[in-house]
Amino acid sequence: MRSVRAVAVLSAATLGLGVGLGVRGQAAKGPINLGLIVPETGPLAANGKDMVNALQLFLEQQQNKLAGRPVNLIIEDDAGVPATGLTKARSLIDGNRIHVLVGPLSAAVGYAIAPFVTEKKFPTLFPIVSSEDITQRKRSQYIVRTGWTSAQPSHPFGKYAHDTLRYKRIAMIGYDFSFGWEVAAGFQRTFEDAGGQIVQKLWSPLGTADYGPYLAQLRRDVDAIYAIFSGADALRFAKQYADAGLKGKLPLIGGGTFTDEHVLRTMGDESLGIVTSLHYSAALDTPANKKFVQAYQAKFGQLPSYYSEGTYVSCLALSAALESTGGDVEDREKLIAALRKVDLSNAPRGPIRIDQYGNPVENEYIRKVEKVNGRLQNTVIHTFPMVSQFWTYKPEDFLKNPVYGRDFPPCKNCGK
Amino acid sequence: MTWRRAIALAACAALLVGAPPFLPPYALTLLTQILIYAIFAMSLDLLLGYTGLASLGHAAYFGIAAYVVAIMTTQHQASFWACLGAALLAACAAAAVFGLVAIRATGVYFLMITLALGMVTWGLAFRWVSLTMGDNGISGIARPSLSSGLSFARPLPFHYLSLVAFLIAFGLLSLIVRSPFGLSLQGIRETERRMRALGYDVWLHKYVAFILSGAFAGLAGAMWAYYDGFVSPVEIHLVTSVETLLMVALGGPGTLVGPVLGAGVIVLFKNLLSIYTKRWLLILGLVYIGVIVLAPKGIVGAVRGAR
Repeated sequence: MRSVRAVAVLSAATLGLGVGLGVRGQAAKGPINLGLIVPETGPLAANGKDMVNALQLFLEQQQNKLAGRPVNLIIEDDAGVPATGLTKARSLIDGNRIHVLVGPLSAAVGYAIAPFVTEKKFPTLFPIVSSEDITQRKRSQYIVRTGWTSAQPSHPFGKYAHDTLRYKRIAMIGYDFSFGWEVAAGFQRTFEDAGGQIVQKLWSPLGTADYGPYLAQLRRDVDAIYAIFSGADALRFAKQYADAGLKGKLPLIGGGTFTDEHVLRTMGDESLGIVTSLHYSAALDTPANKKFVQAYQAKFGQLPSYYSEGTYVSCLALSAALESTGGDVEDREKLIAALRKVDLSNAPRGPIRIDQYGNPVENEYIRKVEKVNGRLQNTVIHTFPMVSQFWTYKPEDFLKNPVYGRDFPPCKNCGK
Repeated sequence: MTWRRAIALAACAALLVGAPPFLPPYALTLLTQILIYAIFAMSLDLLLGYTGLASLGHAAYFGIAAYVVAIMTTQHQASFWACLGAALLAACAAAAVFGLVAIRATGVYFLMITLALGMVTWGLAFRWVSLTMGDNGISGIARPSLSSGLSFARPLPFHYLSLVAFLIAFGLLSLIVRSPFGLSLQGIRETERRMRALGYDVWLHKYVAFILSGAFAGLAGAMWAYYDGFVSPVEIHLVTSVETLLMVALGGPGTLVGPVLGAGVIVLFKNLLSIYTKRWLLILGLVYIGVIVLAPKGIVGAVRGAR
């Protein structure tokens, strides 16, 4: 009897699904259905919100039209979980609910979705996910990144730290997962290429409440401390660094997310003077950025973060590609080809073009946290123009190495 | 079995086998997901519902099997049978080791120990980067194909493969819970001391149930790796264990239909409700609370009670 019921349940589910979803479909040449997969719940929800905001701002500015066709935005919540993100992607793509996919935020969700969109040959824009291999060793013809690779801003910064800031010995601390390793590794590589020494690498898990034990371990016989965190961890680390009396004694530098606007909004004076590198700063003094920041601030009452700007640039790229195809989203091959040719001169972050691996070539900014008119900002102190994900290395040689990680490049000066 | 039941069974079976080709692709995907989660939930129910042991680390066996499939297919191009065999073996071995530690405890202590063991496994998946690729996970797991040339790459054949796996698991678990061994497990759940007094080796019964449960979780994990094509530490995380526990609790512990029903409800809620509202987690939470307050024996328990 039990087995009868189980089968009955499944059958009912089968039928229900058929009825519920069978009617979904879309007329040709109707609106452009734009899918966005972001975390709207879970620990990354605040950053996901920045992405949604930017997309909504863009659509509002375009009167909800791209290349003359109305846009229908469908937002799906991945909660930052790979399997959920993949299921949502399946729902959007297999259910014929969208023409173009934008998202996600988390690297793991990105890696989960990538093989699926490749298999489906589905045009996808990655505005935020920075995992190196998405546009390197595991690149896909159907994914165009409008954000960055983790080490892209780190490469020039490593050189800058040695040549201009004149640091010779640096100790690093950062997130103990791929994002942290990749950002730190890029810095280590060019810093040591230039003649510097990384003498310590400390790793702490996501959501560390007390950095006390780590701060105690950090070496003091160095010229600077390099930190790579984001969100609440960045907030806590900067605060506890100052509380431990290290601020003012040991200069603090780091990866761009450490002082990105998403966390700078809530930081205090303890963050003053931190130097970081990223492909964007809300304080960037260009007409395009000022316009974007002003509009964003007017609508949402806060500065845009790099999450906002990345998503906004995805929209710019999509818009440019659609203009060049005459609004044809039905022809996926044509759309993805147009997306890969995108050449934006006027994005908020500056000029962008897409390299043959699907990653943007863009300016990298060295920024310093300063207080202007009573508000903290990432003042740009130096610009490296049009930096590739491979920096000055040859792509073929770069790709022969293993992906940046905990143990690559090896820390040959650790302990010295 | 009465003729009525036989006809109902035949009709349902015909529908279950016959309907998928006519389903839209996404619906088919969800149905496949339900079948795989149903196997996982039933495996947990063998412990929770029949033996009275609430495990919070069940995702460990699911995840270990998934990782075995992921590593063997992406790095060694192993065949389907080799992967499946190795995955089940690994899940059993893990359950056999963890069982030695966990079975000594009961109640909340059992809960804590399984929780800890589950998190240790998660930590391994997260940190053993050379093997598991860490938090990036392993992607690009190809759907299986048999040496006879039969390929399960397309959604429909894979769905039928999952259906076969589900029916096998359901059949075997039905046999197990109806066998003298299964009845002794239920005896242990009711009064452990009496069973001991009657001369049953309670520890051994629990231990075997623990391993069997791990094996079926492994089957689900292996299917999941093929289904999703991607395995990451999230699969082993506490959240997965808890979600499965809720599937069992929602559907009705101590029945095999219950977990299947629970898996179906939760998968559908998660994926369909979220299309329509951002507040789907709230609704899901309310459903949990509603079930626990109004129907502590789950949906199946409530339906039976109403008769």
